[in-house]
This record gives sequence, structure tokens and C-alpha cells, in this order.
Amino acid sequence: MVLPEPGLRMEQNARSLTLSGHVGFDSLPDQLVNKSTNQGFCFNILCIGETGIGKSTLMDTLFNTNFENFESSHFEPQVKLRAQTYDLQESNVRLKLTVVNTVGFGDQMNKKESYQHIVDYIDTQFESFLQEELKIRRSLHNFHDSRIHACLYFIAPSGHSLKSLDLVTMKKLDSKVNIIPVIAKADTISKSELHKFKMKIMSELVSNGVQIYQFPIDDETVATINTTMNGHLPFAVVGSTEEVNVGNKMVKARQYPWGVVQVENESHCDFVKLREMLICINMEDLREQTHTRHYELYRRCKLEEMGFKDTNPECQPISLQETYEAKRKEFQADLQRQEEEMKQSFVQKVKEKEGELKESERQLQAKFDQLKRQHAEEKSVLEEKKRALEEEIFSFSNRRAAAELLNAQTLNLKKDKDRKNTGFL
Amino acid sequence: MTTAARYKSRVFKSEDSEDKQYVGFATLPNQVHRKSVKKGFDFTLMVAGESGLGKSTLVNSLFLTDLYKDRKLLNAEERINQTVEITKHTVDIEEKGVKLKLTIVDTPGFGDAVNNNECWKPITDYIDQQFEQYFRDESGLNRKNILDNRVHCCLYFIPPFGHGLRPVDVEFMKALHEKVNIIPLVAKADCLTPNEIKKLKDRVRDEIERFGIKVYQFPECDSDEDEEFKQMDKELKECTPFAVIGSNTVVEARGQRVRGRLYPWGIVEVENQSHCDFVKLRNMLIRSHMHDLKDVTCDVHYENYRAHCIQEMTSKLAQDNRIDSPIPILPLPTPDAETERLIKMKDEELKRMQEMLEKMQQQMHEKDTC
Repeated sequence: MVLPEPGLRMEQNARSLTLSGHVGFDSLPDQLVNKSTNQGFCFNILCIGETGIGKSTLMDTLFNTNFENFESSHFEPQVKLRAQTYDLQESNVRLKLTVVNTVGFGDQMNKKESYQHIVDYIDTQFESFLQEELKIRRSLHNFHDSRIHACLYFIAPSGHSLKSLDLVTMKKLDSKVNIIPVIAKADTISKSELHKFKMKIMSELVSNGVQIYQFPIDDETVATINTTMNGHLPFAVVGSTEEVNVGNKMVKARQYPWGVVQVENESHCDFVKLREMLICINMEDLREQTHTRHYELYRRCKLEEMGFKDTNPECQPISLQETYEAKRKEFQADLQRQEEEMKQSFVQKVKEKEGELKESERQLQAKFDQLKRQHAEEKSVLEEKKRALEEEIFSFSNRRAAAELLNAQTLNLKKDKDRKNTGFL
Repeated sequence: MTTAARYKSRVFKSEDSEDKQYVGFATLPNQVHRKSVKKGFDFTLMVAGESGLGKSTLVNSLFLTDLYKDRKLLNAEERINQTVEITKHTVDIEEKGVKLKLTIVDTPGFGDAVNNNECWKPITDYIDQQFEQYFRDESGLNRKNILDNRVHCCLYFIPPFGHGLRPVDVEFMKALHEKVNIIPLVAKADCLTPNEIKKLKDRVRDEIERFGIKVYQFPECDSDEDEEFKQMDKELKECTPFAVIGSNTVVEARGQRVRGRLYPWGIVEVENQSHCDFVKLRNMLIRSHMHDLKDVTCDVHYENYRAHCIQEMTSKLAQDNRIDSPIPILPLPTPDAETERLIKMKDEELKRMQEMLEKMQQQMHEKDTC
């Protein structure tokens, strides 16, 4: 893919010369064209709109083919994006077309997060291009550019004004992608209502600071037509892949009981204008704008986030190399600091653990002492008791001996008495 | 005179008719008609749906007036955080001596904000409020002049740009189907070809059944109605939801001045049956089923509300013992758990005693016979 370089700076002191003959470098544009034709072109369109509003049908009608279309349900829990890539050819020009459709947009009850998925998708495409650009070994000419070149925003034909969701979404996207708003299913709005509706939409966009894509008017060859078309925005379109017989010709149209809406009839709808503007005249400009304006903005923001600057605090320009060096040093320093911190915390932890162990040792010792004391106490108590018991036993045995003696004595006495008594007899 | 002759003469005495046994109550319908014309009718219609679907235009087309002369529409920016409002327009219209007090309840802001969680709450609250007020009035002491502000019918507008019902449609209808008669409509039907209309209607009917939404059902016609009427009724039922187009302007078509929309490719006539179902809707809503809508509101939705209300109040009473209530409550509160248990126990005891008694009786009987 041939990319325009971001601004060739013309030398201030170059003199302009007149040629005395035909040199031949007027064939340069042709060489460029040949090269790019051989390479093939690439174009990515994002279609944002409610389910069933006619995004797929319009794409089919615009590119005169039948893309594989799925009918989505209204009950998707979140907004999703579905991308499909096709290879088209017209005369000898090859086009790699990617159509990205939103799925489930506008169906949820709470639509606060609806725009986020779309923004993320666009950023992802920018990111992958940025990564490729920053690679050491890169092959940009072979790279499949998936950045969104044009965003068709489908507005529902309510006839009053934009919906709140439309406003919120477009505000979030206007700095990331070329927004081309279209009024979908325009065969439900009559001519007078359409004029009022378009004015209302544009005034709402302007008063809310939404920057939609304006067709370029700096190139004299297309300036006039672009200026006129800018005044017809947003385009009111009708899409149809069915053909109806109108005056001996088969044309793309929608057949109603009250008439036939012809898609390519300029007094019926703005489809032809959209096709001309989007494809025939400004496709290359859309790609250029995406690269030079939206992508550059993204790149600048991303690199600034990472800490890169074009000028240092003294307002002198610094090259990327210096910034890299500075970053590397910073990174190393950071690494070292982290290592130090880890060491410190390790030492700290060891100390703590040591302290804890000592503490528990001391506690154990104390307990041991205490137990020993208790043991000694109990032992002395037991000794006391033992002594007391022995004393008792001793005194008891004494008493017993005394008692036995007494017993024996009384027995003897009794015997004596008895003998005495019997002796008398 | 023979009995026959006497009978004949008695019959010929009445001068009003030729029937043999004429009483005269065949004039009752006329009396009802006369009284109702004198009293006048009232009807409250609610329209709900997102902005820009043609609700106001349809109401104007239905009643052939301009109800929305000075309304101010909000910008997209103002609608980001908009809440739903309820506005009422009341007009008195008369046709051939019959007076109708028509109230249109509008719901601006429904479905317009970025976050539409529970956006139907103000609407259900409004409907409940009207029921509550009628309940109080009905239970009050002076019931002479009760104003009936209950919503009799809700026209819900489904956008034709999608493939069928969306989550917000389903949630809204489910929140309201037991409080009001819902009639779903496909709005702005002039953006759909006849095939697309049929597909969308089938889809919507399927989804309504699948999600269990109870929309207003036409009453079955009596078996003794004539065939033509039955055929019309069948067609009407198969046509729901009606695909409607409205218009505020009059255009010239086929030599006549009709309400319609002028396009570069043709003229859509609002009252042309092959263009849209507007005529069917008008006939159904105004000419044949207006009174039935009122009846269903009174007999079904209001009664449900009333029963629910009373149950809640009496159970609350049992809990709180004495509560100051603005309406008189029936003196029989539902018994609480404790008393119920006791009652059950006593019941069982009684049953047991009865069984024992029976057994004893049997035994005695056997003894006697022995």
C-alpha cells in the first residue's frame, strides 16, 4: 500500500526554473497509479446503527454484491462488532474491502457503555498499525491495513431529531474516525419533513461540537461538487437488492402499493450522491485523512502516554534515540530500585522472624521454669502429707499396741478373777 | 262468551303491536340509548412509545382534530438523561348528538434516554394512582359524581425499523399487561413493503406469545351473528398487530381530498385499506370495541387491583392490630398464623372425637344385635 508521507518540507531557497523541452516526469502520477493498481487497494468501512436499520442492505446496494448477511436478534446483552473482508474487482482494479457491522447496537436497556466497544475496536486497529510501525523489522507495504477509513452512522428516520444515543456515540467517535451520517430507511420521510429533519440534525451536531467528515474542497477539480454535496449532508438513503420493472428497465427499487421507490433515482433519495461521494470521488481522501489526522492523533496520544516527548523541558527538540536512552536508564534505575527494595524487605522479614523465634524461646523457657517451680511445690506438699501420714500411722500403731496391751491385761485379769472364783468353789 | 273469544278480545285491547303477548320491554335498548346519549361518554387513551414514531400524528388522524398544537420537542442533548413524564390532554367532542369526553395520556420521554432501566415506572405508577383514586371514590360516602380517570386502553407503538420486539418493548408490555388493555401497533408502516409487513407481524405475534405478554384480545363473537360479521371479526384478529400510518396533512389523490402523505413516488392514503390498517384500528377502537375496552378495564384490571389492594391492607391490619385506614374495612380480618394453628388443632381433635363416637356407637349396635 502506498502511504503519503507526513508532509514533505519544501526547501525554502529553491528557485523555480522553466524547462526548455519535454523531460517526461509528468508521467510520475501514472507510475504511481500503476504501482498502486498492481498492489491493490484496501478500504475499511464501519457501519453503526440499530439492529434492522438497513446496514447490510445498504452495503449490498452500494457495492452491487451480496455479502453474507446474518439477521441479528434484538436481545444481545452487549454491543459487538462483526468484521468481514471481501476481495472485489472492477475493471482491473482490485479492492480488499472490509465491512464492520455493529451487532446489537441500541437494543440494550442501558446504553451507557454502547460506544465503548466501538471505540475499543477502532483503537485496536490503530494499535496494531502502530506496533507494526514501531517494529525493528517491518513490512509496511505488505501490511494489511485494518484501520477504519469511513464510518457510516445510520440515523433512524424519526423525523424529529437525533436520538440521545446517536449524539453520545458520535461525540466519542468524531476524533477517531471519519463520520458520515446517513438517514436510513428514508422512504418514510416526505420531502418537506426531510429538509426540516436534515437541518435539525446538522444544527444539533454543530451545537454539540461533533465534527463529521467534510468532503475536501481544496482540490479545484472536485471542489464545486464537494461543496454542493456538503450542503446535502446527511444523505437520506434507501437500500434495496431487489429489482423492479420500471418503464422496461429492471432497476433496484422497493415496491409499495402506492408506488415504487427507485434507489438510483436522485429525486427519490440520496443514494447516488452517497455512492459518488463515498466511492467514486473521495475514497482516497478518506484513507488519507484516516492516516494523517486520526491515526497521527492516536499515535501522538499513545506515545505521550508512554512518556515520549518531542521537546525536552528547555524546548529543544530531542530525537527518539535520546528519548529511548533516557527511558532505558529510567527503566534500569527503576529495576535497581525495586531490587533494593526487595532486598530490604527480605532482610526486614528475616529480622522479624528471628525476633519472633527468640520471643517464643523465651516464653518456652519461662514456662519451663514455672512448671519446675510448680513441680517442686507439689513435691514439698506431698512430702508434708507423707510425713503427716507416717506420723498418723505411727501414732495409730502405738495406740493399737497400747490397746492390745490393755486388752491382754484385762484378759489376764479376767482369767485371774475366774480362777479365783473357781478356786473358791 | 267462550274462553277463546274472551282471550281474543283481551288481546285486541292492546293497541301497540300485532304480537299476541306484547309486554313492552322491547323498548329497553332505546331507553338505554336515550339515557346514555344524555349522560355522555368518556374514554381515556394512553399512547406510549419512543419519540418520533408518529404517536401524536396518529391520535390526530384518529380523532380528526389537532391536539398537539403547541408542543415543544426536546433536543437529543436534553434527552440523554430524560425521565418519563405523563401529560394529559382532555377534549370534548360531539358527533350526531353523542358527546365524548376524550382524554389522551401521553408519555413523552419513554425510551429516549441513554439508560432506560425501569423507564415504565412512572407509567405504572400513574395507572395505579388512577385505580387507587377510583377505589377511594367508590368506597366513599358520597358517590354521586365519581370521575373515572382510569386508563381504558394503551396503544403501544413498535418501531418498524427492526426485526421484531426489542428488550424495552418486552419489558414495558410485561410491566403493564395486567394493569391496562395493551394494543400493540406497528408504527410508520409506510417504510415496509407488504411482504415485510407480514413478516414483521408474524414475528411480533410469535414473540408476544413466547414472552407471555397478554395483549388485549377481541371478544369472541356470538354464534348467532351473521357470516359477514364473523368474517370481519376473523380478519381483524389475524391482522394484529395493526400496521398504521398517520398524517396531519390533506392531499389530493384520485380526484379526492384525503388525509395522506405525499412522496415523489406516490401518495400514501391513510384511509386506504390496502395501504395500511388505520381503518381497521379506527373501527376497532372507536366504532365497535370502545365500550368493551372500558368493560374489560372495569371488570378485569380494576377488579384485580382492588382485590390485591384489599388483601394487602387486611394482612397489614392483622400485623399492626390497629391502623388508621382511610377506607372502611370489612370486620373479618384473615386469621394470623397462631390462631390458624389452634383452629387446626381443635379441628383435628373434633374429628378424632367424632370417629371415636362412631366406633362406640357401632360397638353398642353390635352388642344390641348380639
